[in-house]
Amino acid sequence: MSMDELFAPMKEPMILGAAISIVVGAVAIVAGLTYFKKWGWLYKNWLTTVDHKKIGVMYILVALVMLFRGGIDALLMRAQTAVPENGLLNAEHYNEIFTTHGLIMIIFMAMPFIIGLMNVVVPLQIGARDVAFPRLNALSFWLFAVGAGLLNISFIIGGSPNAGWSAYFPLASTEFSPGVGNNYYAWSLQISGLGTLMTGINFITTIMKMRAPGMKLMKMPMFTWSALITNVIITFAFPVLTVALAMMTLDRQFGTKFFAMQDGGMDMLWANLFWVWGHPEVYIVILPAFGIFSEVISTFSRKNLFGYKSMVMSMVVISLLSFMVWVHHFYTMGHGVMVNGIFSITTMLIAVPTGVKIFNWLLTMRHGKITFTTPMLWALAFVPIFTIGGVTGVMLAMASADYQYHNTLFLVAHFHYVLIPGTVFGVLAGYHFWWPKIFGFRLNEKLGKSAFWFIVVGFNVAFFPLFILGLDGYARRMYTYSADTGYGPLSMVSFIGALAMAVGFALICYNIYYSFRHSPRETTGDPWDARSLEWATQSPVPEYNFAIVPKINQLDEFWYAKKEGRDITAGKYERIHMPNNSGAPLWMSGVMFLFSLFFVFSEWTLVIVFAIATLGFMAYRSFENDEGHYIEVAEIEATERRLRGEK
Amino acid sequence: MKKKVLIMPALMAFMTMILSGCQPLMVFDTKGPNAKTLSNTIILSIIVMAFILLVVYVLFVFMLSKYRASKQPSGYEPPHEEGSTKLEVTWTVIPIIIVTVLSIVTIFTTSKVEHQQTGYENKKPLVIYASSSDWKWHFSYPEQGIETVNYVNIPTDRPIEFRLYSFGPITSFWIPQLAGQKYAMSDMVTKIHLAADQEGSYMGRNSNFNGKEFAQMEFETQAMSQADFDKWAKEVKANEPKLTEAKFKKLLKTSVVGRESFSSTHLSFSPAPEMDMSKHSGESNKKDSHNMDNMDGMEGMDMSK
Ligand code: HEM
Ligand SMILES: [Cu+2]
Ligand SMILES: [Cu+2]
Repeated sequence: MSMDELFAPMKEPMILGAAISIVVGAVAIVAGLTYFKKWGWLYKNWLTTVDHKKIGVMYILVALVMLFRGGIDALLMRAQTAVPENGLLNAEHYNEIFTTHGLIMIIFMAMPFIIGLMNVVVPLQIGARDVAFPRLNALSFWLFAVGAGLLNISFIIGGSPNAGWSAYFPLASTEFSPGVGNNYYAWSLQISGLGTLMTGINFITTIMKMRAPGMKLMKMPMFTWSALITNVIITFAFPVLTVALAMMTLDRQFGTKFFAMQDGGMDMLWANLFWVWGHPEVYIVILPAFGIFSEVISTFSRKNLFGYKSMVMSMVVISLLSFMVWVHHFYTMGHGVMVNGIFSITTMLIAVPTGVKIFNWLLTMRHGKITFTTPMLWALAFVPIFTIGGVTGVMLAMASADYQYHNTLFLVAHFHYVLIPGTVFGVLAGYHFWWPKIFGFRLNEKLGKSAFWFIVVGFNVAFFPLFILGLDGYARRMYTYSADTGYGPLSMVSFIGALAMAVGFALICYNIYYSFRHSPRETTGDPWDARSLEWATQSPVPEYNFAIVPKINQLDEFWYAKKEGRDITAGKYERIHMPNNSGAPLWMSGVMFLFSLFFVFSEWTLVIVFAIATLGFMAYRSFENDEGHYIEVAEIEATERRLRGEK
Repeated sequence: MKKKVLIMPALMAFMTMILSGCQPLMVFDTKGPNAKTLSNTIILSIIVMAFILLVVYVLFVFMLSKYRASKQPSGYEPPHEEGSTKLEVTWTVIPIIIVTVLSIVTIFTTSKVEHQQTGYENKKPLVIYASSSDWKWHFSYPEQGIETVNYVNIPTDRPIEFRLYSFGPITSFWIPQLAGQKYAMSDMVTKIHLAADQEGSYMGRNSNFNGKEFAQMEFETQAMSQADFDKWAKEVKANEPKLTEAKFKKLLKTSVVGRESFSSTHLSFSPAPEMDMSKHSGESNKKDSHNMDNMDGMEGMDMSK
């Protein structure tokens, strides 16, 4: 590939502008770190950390950046379609943007945001000192981060993927998508997917093996339950993606014909493999949000969760069903009435356990004492809005009716009505809820609430019209339409809603700055008078999480101990064993980044060099002796006193 | 304050109704039995779903207005409530009943639209091959020996059987006012059965993204009386050029073209990939309901009756 081709995307003024701003931003960060002599601090405290809380924070930071990248994509799309025959974006550019928007939002925003919260909270909720494999955890993060980096540079170097985030074959084959865009797709997903799979295994082990004494499975907080089930789904679903992407790479870069039009290749095989992973993926991003809502609603109703057992059961049923519905993504492929009928039924059945959860949340509030804090507002808004997403999901599940909704804006409206209240409101509820735990001060409530209203109202204005447009025959992924379709006015309304949402997200960012400057620091560790174990330790949480690991007798032990005046973290300090920091995950991921980058461009010599370097890291690790270190009692005492605000 | 959240969707629905000028939406503005079945199914499901939404919204408003902290006495501490088997069974069983009803409706209506249309059973369907290539639609009429590009004319009083396939990426054939969509793929033929009740011009398009000029991939469906149709077909046969293999190859390579007509079809030198469906769905070909209604005299077995 010549330099000219490599930097072809830069010929677009908008892309050139973005590239320049990225470079300027990067230079500013590097200069700032150098000027304030913060490199050492950054490297020692963050880049090499194996502390689950810091890894969680880094996940969330990258997810927020990706939310803005995906959000700008979304705004551009809505701006382009706000009026008929608009010339803001050409077809090529629009296709790249909806492809990267979908990919970034699902893979590099929703999932990492959830995994970030899981990292911060799950070990604390089960009273553990860390995750089961701290260093693997760091590797998971860095693989995800470089995967995100890889997809984002495609925009500047070589060209973004443009065959949709579902990358259907034969469209995504070299025959119809000759550039490197879909190689980027395969490799950014592959490399971050490996990280996700490791997270799955890591968290299953953590939750199964590292719970505080007495915490039986049925005494775990609901968020931990949702995390456990999610990680089981990850562990079953992601290998399918790994294999499918490997086949995609073979087809695109080595001339095999798994999904091709000739030589017996099967186009629909890709669609099947993609959705066998893709549908469970939807539940990977939604179940933990359900967990968060359970925590938030019961905390701010000052009540235990209604129907705990059926809440757990329903999540288990949803996770099983999530693997049995993938065909609903292509009822129109032409299989018989029987096949479509069976998948219609399994799909609609998911509504049953989901409904159970909705009613349990509603009943949790009964006889409660509801306070409207920012996290609670997010959880409350979820209920009515997500229900619209849910019932339209049932409508889509009916195969016959789906013949009319498939590939239209009705579908786009449906999945945004599920994903935004489900996942986005969920992570925002969790983010506002756990922020004081992580950073030791609360986010400003007033700013939090105004952001809430902008986003909730903006969301409905942006997405409700899409149901109507879909029923009026507006196909998704169209970069433009003619004026006589009559789609103009509602598309404009939708654009205005998207703008309102953008204001809301900007306020959320401003809130970080504002609260950092003006919020009083926490000293109690339990600002919301909450129920589960993470609130039993100090804020911000010390490296070792709990000076004394609590013993558990019941669900919400911390809450009842508070009511009865017991201190579950009392006892005599002993020295604590902790893992050492390591630069290896960072450097190894960097090497794998280069490996993938050169693979994208089929630069085989360099690919081999970096493949060997990766294996070298693994070999080195297998001979390495790293015993970790101890935190001595005196140090624990000093830390605890400082965090309690004593001198 | 929370009630605003509830008003939003209602307000939006109202607003959109006004803005859309109160014209019926395309999916509900049906012109044939297939689309009519789908439209009825959708309306039924909207009614059921509206009922479910209502239940949730009423409960939601009730909880928020009754149990907010400001409404409670200051010393109030909420009780511990484990759950309620009675309630939980209720909201499991009722949805199961709803899902069962909707499942039956789904299977019945899917079967109905996948077969020859009701009211047209004793007429032999007109077979039209609709194939896609980047970014156009080719319509071949084997019976009439003609072919068109980017427009399709059909007679009103006759069942139509579209046979779909693709010369490239997967596309989805969709005429919202006549029938739901179906994929067109390179390795197999899929079928849509429909009929037009009324003369008129209906929008048809590819709704499955297939690259650059996807947005342009529309065609016009003109439903006309059998007499007009025959007249038109005869004229095309008499006046339009033949579609040679070379011409067809060239056409496939051109990305966007207007309407074209030919007095022969490409099926002779480039036949459709008619293979059994078992490759995709694992069903045996014999049982495949699609093939049944092509056989004369077997209409009596139509499941939709
Ligand atoms: C923040 C406001 C958002 C707006 C305004 C927005 C808007 C859009 C638009 C206009 C499309 C393309 C429709 C089309 O042409 O087919 C789209 C597609 C999509 N969006 Fe969003 N979106 C937003 C947030 C999200 C979020 C939070 C997620 C996921 C968690 C998400 C997931 C997707 C997916 C998966 C697609 C499909 C992409 C494709 O067709 O390949 N979006 N969105
Ligand atoms: Cu699905
Ligand atoms: Cu096929």
